[in-house]
Amino acid sequence: MSDAAPLKQPNWFSRLAHPGEFLRWSKPMLWPLGIATAMLFAIGLYMALFVSPGTSDNVGPTLRILYMHVPNAWLSQMVYAVMAVAALGTLIWRHPLADVANKAAAPLGAAFTALALYTGALWGRPTWGTFWEWDGRMTSTLVLLLIYLGIIALWRAFDDQLRAGRIVAVVTLVGAINIPIIKFSVDWWQTLHQGSSVLVSGGPRMAPEILATLLVMVVAFTLLFAMLQIVSIRTEIFRRRADAMSRQAAAGGRTA
Amino acid sequence: MIDFGPHAGFIIWTYLGVAILLAALIGYVAWDSRRVQDKLKALEARGVRRRSDRTATGG
Repeated sequence: MSDAAPLKQPNWFSRLAHPGEFLRWSKPMLWPLGIATAMLFAIGLYMALFVSPGTSDNVGPTLRILYMHVPNAWLSQMVYAVMAVAALGTLIWRHPLADVANKAAAPLGAAFTALALYTGALWGRPTWGTFWEWDGRMTSTLVLLLIYLGIIALWRAFDDQLRAGRIVAVVTLVGAINIPIIKFSVDWWQTLHQGSSVLVSGGPRMAPEILATLLVMVVAFTLLFAMLQIVSIRTEIFRRRADAMSRQAAAGGRTA
Repeated sequence: MIDFGPHAGFIIWTYLGVAILLAALIGYVAWDSRRVQDKLKALEARGVRRRSDRTATGG
């Protein structure tokens, strides 16, 4: 009988934290996630174009634009929240996947924010008579896009990605101040942009078929983000392995 | 035919623009993934191994 203590099994957090384990458990998720995303987009588009009315009392005849605008606006902020949590993971827990998650999410967040601004401009022109106005919601969303681009540039500026991770984490947390500003800008300032109409006390202020379409599109876009984020994290792990192996090869560290 | 109402152009350009940018985003993520995995395979084909792999195999 051996005196050696039995090896302690790593808990779920440790398993999640290990890049090799992440690669193992995330791979089988990709196809189901991709199929679910495609199906939800098909259902959402069908509802948006054929089931939902084209106009409503409080939005008017540009209602269908909101089915694209709201999910992108939601993701522009949610992706940043994911990056802020990842930044905490980098600075507090030194989670090995945290800075990888931050780096992977930044281009995705920038794309969704750009789409929120684009769809918002196309909604604003027929509704307000202008593509752009320097009001609180639009300006703070533009600032969010600039923060995303700054973070992407910062990641690219460092060869040492571990050092970059800590600096980017601090910048990400400072930039997180902008998220409540975006959220409450419609309450704090006089603005062209209307206030919340889904998450309000007393329930959503819209017809059930409009709300259902909106929710399907929001879930479809969110699943798309989840899938792209997982693929991007996997790519970043492989990239760091390839970089480490390239350095080893350059230093003469080949195996026989 | 779907009736987009008086602002059909804005609605169509919204859906087209989102479709184009999302397709570009998905394409970029897929291309980047393929590129990095090809690089990794090329390194392995040259006989380069990660230090942890060498340790695990006693190399």
